[in-house]
Amino acid sequence: MTIDELIDERSNTELLDEFAKREIRRTILSAVAIPGYQVPFGSREMPVARGWGSGGLQVTLAAVHTDDIVKVIDQGDDDGVNAVNLRRLITTSTGSQETSVADEADIVQSRHRVPEDGLDESSILVLQVPVPEPLRGVERDMRELARMHAEADYSRMWVSLYEDKVRNGVITQTTGYPCLVNGRYVVATTPIPRWDIPRLHDAPFITLFGAGREKRIYAIPPYTEVEPLTFEDVPFEVEDADGAHCALCNSSESFLVSLPNSSTWLCSDTDWCRRNRKGNA
Amino acid sequence: MTTASTDRRFTVARLSVPAWMLKVEGLGKVYGPHDDRIVGSTGPEAGTAKSPINGSVVAAWNVSFAVAAGEALGIVGESGSGKSTVLRCLAGDTSSTTGSATIRLADGDVSLLDADAAKRRRLRIDTVSVVYQDPAEGLKLNVTAGGNIAEPLTAAGWRNFGKIRARASDLLSRTEVPLNRMDDLVRAFSGGMRQRVQIAKALANSPSVVLFDEPTTGLDASVAAGVLDLIRSLLEEHRIAAVVVSHDFSVIEMLTQRCLVMQHGRVVESALTDQLLEDPHHPYTQRLVAAARA
Repeated sequence: MTIDELIDERSNTELLDEFAKREIRRTILSAVAIPGYQVPFGSREMPVARGWGSGGLQVTLAAVHTDDIVKVIDQGDDDGVNAVNLRRLITTSTGSQETSVADEADIVQSRHRVPEDGLDESSILVLQVPVPEPLRGVERDMRELARMHAEADYSRMWVSLYEDKVRNGVITQTTGYPCLVNGRYVVATTPIPRWDIPRLHDAPFITLFGAGREKRIYAIPPYTEVEPLTFEDVPFEVEDADGAHCALCNSSESFLVSLPNSSTWLCSDTDWCRRNRKGNA
Repeated sequence: MTTASTDRRFTVARLSVPAWMLKVEGLGKVYGPHDDRIVGSTGPEAGTAKSPINGSVVAAWNVSFAVAAGEALGIVGESGSGKSTVLRCLAGDTSSTTGSATIRLADGDVSLLDADAAKRRRLRIDTVSVVYQDPAEGLKLNVTAGGNIAEPLTAAGWRNFGKIRARASDLLSRTEVPLNRMDDLVRAFSGGMRQRVQIAKALANSPSVVLFDEPTTGLDASVAAGVLDLIRSLLEEHRIAAVVVSHDFSVIEMLTQRCLVMQHGRVVESALTDQLLEDPHHPYTQRLVAAARA
């Protein structure tokens, strides 16, 4: 091989080689086949640190096609530093196109949010997951965790919800609320807010969860039952901004976040907010 | 002597009544390779449970008994006699080498020993409960008293917070745990109160069989007496088949109607508890009773 050929080889900007993509795609297929089951995969080194979206990035890179259009958000924001950098990394290394409009996107990679609108049967939602194990808070022994999932023995998860309610009067767990998927596996819906949980239930789109540091991928296929663990007499409640409106678009229908040290509320989904102001959300 | 042996025959006849709820037949547990010769090289006559042939330990062998609903059977013996091994085999904490154990439920018989690990755990939720000597073994110390009771309830499918609370407070008041401690971590409880919480948890799903492993050994005398009183009244109140393992004759005397004496992994004597204490036949039982009465 000549130096020129080597240089040519190096100019191939793809971050994942074909073998890696194949391995991740196979993992995704397993994950879709067993909704909610955490499938191990050989998480590669990425040009972002583990814990900074490397799992979601690998899922996106394995699933994206050069013709695809990609949207990346961080906390609902397309212009966050992380979102911008990951989007650039994906589009420049794969040749895919970028957008901020969920409706136009084939793949949406996200940390913390499901976009307010625009996801349909042709969409793939990729979530970056810091802690894929929903039972991590109640058990540390890996063998015991494997057993609990295998036998669908989630009583200790229920006990932790019971304890939360007893101590605090309400169930305080906000992001990553544990959900039963397809009536079988409990998953961590990390790290989206409770607000987005009902939107995963029976959703037309596919949701892929990638945890790079923990080397796990799991999935919620389209039209799958997603049921937050809830006591019969303690209704599941989503976050409530108590009548607040977005200071920009005046919406009270979207997921709002407050500015630090201020009573000002803004839409978490910035692109939706922008379109809402123009009247086409 | 004639009357005594007549009495003993009468006892045997009573033991064979068919209304058993838990029946154990030929239970054996051997650590290490074994055959008839190796098992035969151990036991009370040999004076050891460890085979001189190959070093295998015959922790329990040929243990059989039946317990009726509402009855408590004691297993007594010194440390290492195999009594706890029998209990752990029944609880599913360890696998048995041979034998069978059957629980007779309303909807049919359930075999305990050949159930796989998952089935055993399910049986432990609502059919067989264990009260361990150390409450830390049966409870999560970093969980509240109510939460500990919520665990078997949610495992059995309870999903109503109010009903779980009501059931937990009912059980805790029956086991005489002050209700204002219900939402405190078990870690903050005294030994006696931890044991009461463990008993409440064991009763959560109204099990058919409860196994007690030295339930009061870690407690001081006055607290132990209170816990024993409690266990006795609960056993009378619920139609539970109980097995009580203890080295302490006063516990056996207070809780059980019949008992087995074990030595070196074998049952050396079985009789009504009063009779056994009054008129022990086997020399080992005589020594144990004499030691307890001293």
